Amino acid sequence: MPNIMLVLQANEETRPIVEAVAEDNPHARVDHQPAMVKIDAEDRLAIRRESIEEKLGRPFDLQELHINLITLSGHIDETDDEFVLSWNN
Amino acid sequence: MDMKVAKKKLGLKERYSHMTRGLGWDTSYQSMDDVYPYAKYEGIKIHDWDKWEDPFRLTMDAYWKYQAEKEKKLYAIIDAYNQNNGHLSVTDARYLNTVKLFLTGVSPLEYMAHRGFAHAGRSFPGAGPRIACLMQSLDELRHAQTQVHAISNYNKHYNGFHEFRHMHDRVWYLSVPKSFFDDAVTAGPFEFMVAIGFSFEYVLTNLLFVPFVSGAAYNGDMGTMTFGFSAQSDEARHMTLGLEVIKFILEQDPDNLPIVQRWIDKWTWRGYRVLALVAMMQDYMLPKRTMSWKEAWEVYFEENGGALFKDLARYGIKMPECAKTIALEKDHLSHQTWGTFYNYGAAAAFHTWVPDEDEMNWLSAKYPSSFDKYYRPRLEYWREQAAQGNRFYNKTLPMLCTTCQIPMLFTEPGDPTKTCYRETTFKGEKYHFCSDHCKKIFDDEPEKYVQSWLPVHQIYQGNCFPEGTDPTAEGFDPLAAVLQYYHLEFGRDNLDFEGSEDQKNFDAWRGMATRNT
Repeated sequence: MPNIMLVLQANEETRPIVEAVAEDNPHARVDHQPAMVKIDAEDRLAIRRESIEEKLGRPFDLQELHINLITLSGHIDETDDEFVLSWNN
Repeated sequence: MDMKVAKKKLGLKERYSHMTRGLGWDTSYQSMDDVYPYAKYEGIKIHDWDKWEDPFRLTMDAYWKYQAEKEKKLYAIIDAYNQNNGHLSVTDARYLNTVKLFLTGVSPLEYMAHRGFAHAGRSFPGAGPRIACLMQSLDELRHAQTQVHAISNYNKHYNGFHEFRHMHDRVWYLSVPKSFFDDAVTAGPFEFMVAIGFSFEYVLTNLLFVPFVSGAAYNGDMGTMTFGFSAQSDEARHMTLGLEVIKFILEQDPDNLPIVQRWIDKWTWRGYRVLALVAMMQDYMLPKRTMSWKEAWEVYFEENGGALFKDLARYGIKMPECAKTIALEKDHLSHQTWGTFYNYGAAAAFHTWVPDEDEMNWLSAKYPSSFDKYYRPRLEYWREQAAQGNRFYNKTLPMLCTTCQIPMLFTEPGDPTKTCYRETTFKGEKYHFCSDHCKKIFDDEPEKYVQSWLPVHQIYQGNCFPEGTDPTAEGFDPLAAVLQYYHLEFGRDNLDFEGSEDQKNFDAWRGMATRNT
């Protein structure tokens, strides 16, 4: 199965995001590397605004992800509520 | 960070649509073909520019907001790092040579990328790609600026940083990254997008930035780590643009497939050859290692790139042929490259050295099939020679590959004991190559590559001496004249790390920072 990857900087802003992504995507593996967090998942990874807001305790715009994003792979589909990475095959 | 999230009247998709193609128009006083003269000559057929989608749906207003946030964070950290004498917290002064190589080799490419994307954006009749290219063009300018700002602090204390822009256009090994990007920006806009947007950004850039930046973090260089991650946060968007370009072109017309495949084959190889510098940085130049070149290649190319090409198979795109050669080279690339720089350490604007025992053991563990057999004995011999006062410096100039401009240092695929040579004849002149792939690139477009500015040829033609030099004068020293032309100071910027001014100063200053007398 093709791998999806999302890499974020490791800091206080991304900690709740990583937690939310891990809870929403039980098949994902979270790998804490120096200064960064690499999340790998098979086929599909969903980043949901509501889950992040719950962890953060404040409104969150998914485009704020841009600030701490390091790299990713897969096709992106982004709406106000959800940011989905997937391969089509 | 505490950002106000305003109540939205329109959804992301509508906002994106209004703020991109809603702002575009077709010209009527002049024909669209006259206004966009480069849109068709490469043979790429586009029937409907509105089919273009930016998956991030980022609009200019949101772009400025998030970029401003990134800049504020970045400069706050760089200031704090500098105020706190951060340069003394790096692992050891050898580390700084990776930053020198980055500043002289990579930062000027960021600036060229800024120009390239501005040009590509101007060339596309569709509003969607124009806006995506505009954002990327601004990003690349930001990267060039933030790198120069972050690294300028090292220039106050260490050698080799003082003339990065001048050197980039002249120094022999810097012609490798320079010619790579010049090759891309002188292509048409679609080829440029496939070259840089897809092949470099999507397929290869992780190999440049992720290990380099986590290498900086591992080695205590907070300034570089910060500009690196700040730049990388833009790269994710660039990669998406690169992938979108490929999908868009391929979905527009089946005739586009062979053209795109040829560009992917060409630019994956061109980009990979430039990354030879990164391979040696990872395996030899970072005092505290992060991951080996081979491991990075396996994760970021074989695993992620494999998933990518599997996905693109539905359009008929195949994994580039060169991936097979690269797989054969992965146990050898960094060792052969560092060996060459060690040889030419008198003509490089950074220091070279033989790795210590601990580092050699790391290399043995990471490269069990190649290091002890082929490369350790050579390094040990050089170490022995240096200990006897015979530090080896190669004084003859190497033959260069006409395409990638790298000295002919690579070995035959599958036989690391035999140097790989290829040649071709064009209009009665002979041209040399390091590999089948570089030869093929030349053979496809010889009129372009015969124009290569090859540093060794230029030195022999007398074009790399300071103005007014008389090479016929008695006692003329060609190496000294070339180094003057490079603005490279002999004995300060070059030679072995052992005994260098950087080494002495770093030790003295670190001593002052940790002791009272």
